[in-house]
Amino acid sequence: MSGPQHAAPRPSLAVWKFASCDGCQLTLLDCEDELMAVTDRVEIAYFLEASSAVVEGPYDLSLVEGSITTAVDAERIKEVRRQSRTLITIGACATAGGIQALRNFGDVEELLRIVYATPEFLSTLGTSTPISDHVEVDLELRGCPIDRRQLLEVIGAVLAGRKPAIGDHSVCVECKARHNTCVLVAHGTPCLGPVTHAGCGALCPSFHRGCYGCFGPSEGADIAAMTSVLRAQGMSEDEILRLFHTFNAWSEGFREPPVGPVPVALSPSRLSPSRLSPREDRP
Amino acid sequence: MTHKATGSRALSSDALARVEGEGAMRVEIRDGRVVDVQLNIYEPPRFFEGFLRGRGYTEPVDITARICGICPVAYQMSACTAIEDAVGVTVDGALRELRLLLYCGEWIESHALHIHFLHAPDFLGFDSAISLAAVDRAVVERGLEVKRIGNRILEVVGGRAIHPVNVKVGGFFRVPTTRELEPLRAELERGLELAVQVVDWVAGFDFPDQELGCELVAADHPTEYPMLADRVISDRGLDIAAAEWLDHIEEFQVPHSTALHARVLERGEYLVGPLARHHHHAEKLAPAAARAARDAGLEPSCVNPFRSIIVRAVEVVHAFETAIAVIDRWVRPAFAAVPVAPRPGVGHGVTEAPRGLLYHRYEIDDAGLIADAVIVPPTSQNQPTIEHDLWHFVEANIDLDDDELRRRAEVTIRNHDPCISCATHFLDLTVDRS
Repeated sequence: MSGPQHAAPRPSLAVWKFASCDGCQLTLLDCEDELMAVTDRVEIAYFLEASSAVVEGPYDLSLVEGSITTAVDAERIKEVRRQSRTLITIGACATAGGIQALRNFGDVEELLRIVYATPEFLSTLGTSTPISDHVEVDLELRGCPIDRRQLLEVIGAVLAGRKPAIGDHSVCVECKARHNTCVLVAHGTPCLGPVTHAGCGALCPSFHRGCYGCFGPSEGADIAAMTSVLRAQGMSEDEILRLFHTFNAWSEGFREPPVGPVPVALSPSRLSPSRLSPREDRP
Repeated sequence: MTHKATGSRALSSDALARVEGEGAMRVEIRDGRVVDVQLNIYEPPRFFEGFLRGRGYTEPVDITARICGICPVAYQMSACTAIEDAVGVTVDGALRELRLLLYCGEWIESHALHIHFLHAPDFLGFDSAISLAAVDRAVVERGLEVKRIGNRILEVVGGRAIHPVNVKVGGFFRVPTTRELEPLRAELERGLELAVQVVDWVAGFDFPDQELGCELVAADHPTEYPMLADRVISDRGLDIAAAEWLDHIEEFQVPHSTALHARVLERGEYLVGPLARHHHHAEKLAPAAARAARDAGLEPSCVNPFRSIIVRAVEVVHAFETAIAVIDRWVRPAFAAVPVAPRPGVGHGVTEAPRGLLYHRYEIDDAGLIADAVIVPPTSQNQPTIEHDLWHFVEANIDLDDDELRRRAEVTIRNHDPCISCATHFLDLTVDRS
């Protein structure tokens, strides 16, 4: 479809996937009103979810979704870095290891045995780690999933060669800006808003729900104070730990909240092996 | 980079593009005969069923949504249904209606994405919707508009399009007011009009002849084209309650995939998704959808996987009509959720994700924690059928050169809209003719 190229070459965009749910890269396709304008200004050079055309690197901007959970991916991300002028990680998997980082707290062998009858067929690392543990990252965009407006802001900023306007304050600030009644103070609903990175627009409190921390910890979050508040709301130590240990469980702020002893949720004794019998069938 | 060939054919589609997730396809040909076909799913395993153990009984709703960013509502709906079954709670009336409305949003969004971005480029000879837009911007913009309106439903009812925040066991955190739904209704009317045009557009594509011969499995509801349901039926005698699933459907592991495969015990491979749903429930389509199907020449039972794009387009029309009907009947309930208390037990949930039937089973212990979780996504169920389909396709087209064979084999896979992230997990095609 490419006719003669009269215009100056457009910057190239590549979108990479590691262990993830595809939701953060889908956010780009969810920019329905802006997508055509974006594709007018950037060349989609590598984006397998959207196109089977693949243009050779290097790429001006790489968006990286997902976490590193296999030895192959740990090597692949290095090649992506070598091919990328600017590398931005998008979403909780890429910036904190994602929900699959819950394996980091337990024994991956146990998890393998629960889910698969023949674990030997699989090769996986014992950990799920953020991209920044493996290569230099130019900017991290938080969220599970990322916010569409933040994504457009970042792409626009990179194209214009300016610093993106992405704040690192907490959800509370956004919540006040929306004139929400505080669900924590007024309704006694446990809410991680005070320690969670802004970006969603205080979505959960706007739906009368406590924030569940899907953007990970905000800058300078006081996790100890938050833990005390949650305890005062009547939450058990186990419940508090589980509240922190979801999509950003392996982030530094949420990894080890100061809670008392908890019943071991994922001790091997709780776990029975896979219900599946091993077999190798062919169609 | 690992997914593409090095050397002179770097621009060819060695990795299966335009699917959700990552995998590879391997075809082995010996002496002009296909001896092996494997859909390799190499998306790294994430162990959801493992780490759900020990979580609170209300948590699978948000956690399992993260299995798939394209169809999180399906995971939320099957999880809610299964957990509510376990704790003995029924969600009906306006709250069930609101769930239907939310699900319509996801069907519209997911199908519009597949039709325009993943599938239509195959029929029209483009490598992406973006290159299609360079010659016919209007059809892509129309598709984006349909998709946007689907996402509006998800935003108004669920808070956001991907991983909605407003769903919980027992119902919702907050139910919308009539005033919030009214502007949405106007957008849905426009979406319905555009969706009918999309059916007409895709019906004009050129479809190769092909028929699948496998068992067709779908969820069942006495009066509704199934989204939320509680029974499972097939064209070969399966007629079971969700609770009987494990007695009839078996999951098994194969060495070449991190996704488990599934089969009907005693019989074998089967298909879930739009073709199966339409086969069983065409007579329950809403009026404009039924009319659009008729005008498009869609046969009451269509088992040509290429024509699944027409069925998806018809289902988008149906989803718009269903959503409008929900809003027209809407009376805001006094409570956003029915009260739920944990109790030990086992619960099952089946609902229809855009890609097909999605089964969840949870066992809850006496502390209200998940003791065991079973999740059977649509792509796991379809994987043996996709491989079989590929096998026949390659055998029938064995004289094509490798590049053309690869391209058309990929189309065969995309016909089934595989969500590889869901099933765990895209495609290098290796043709071994040695």
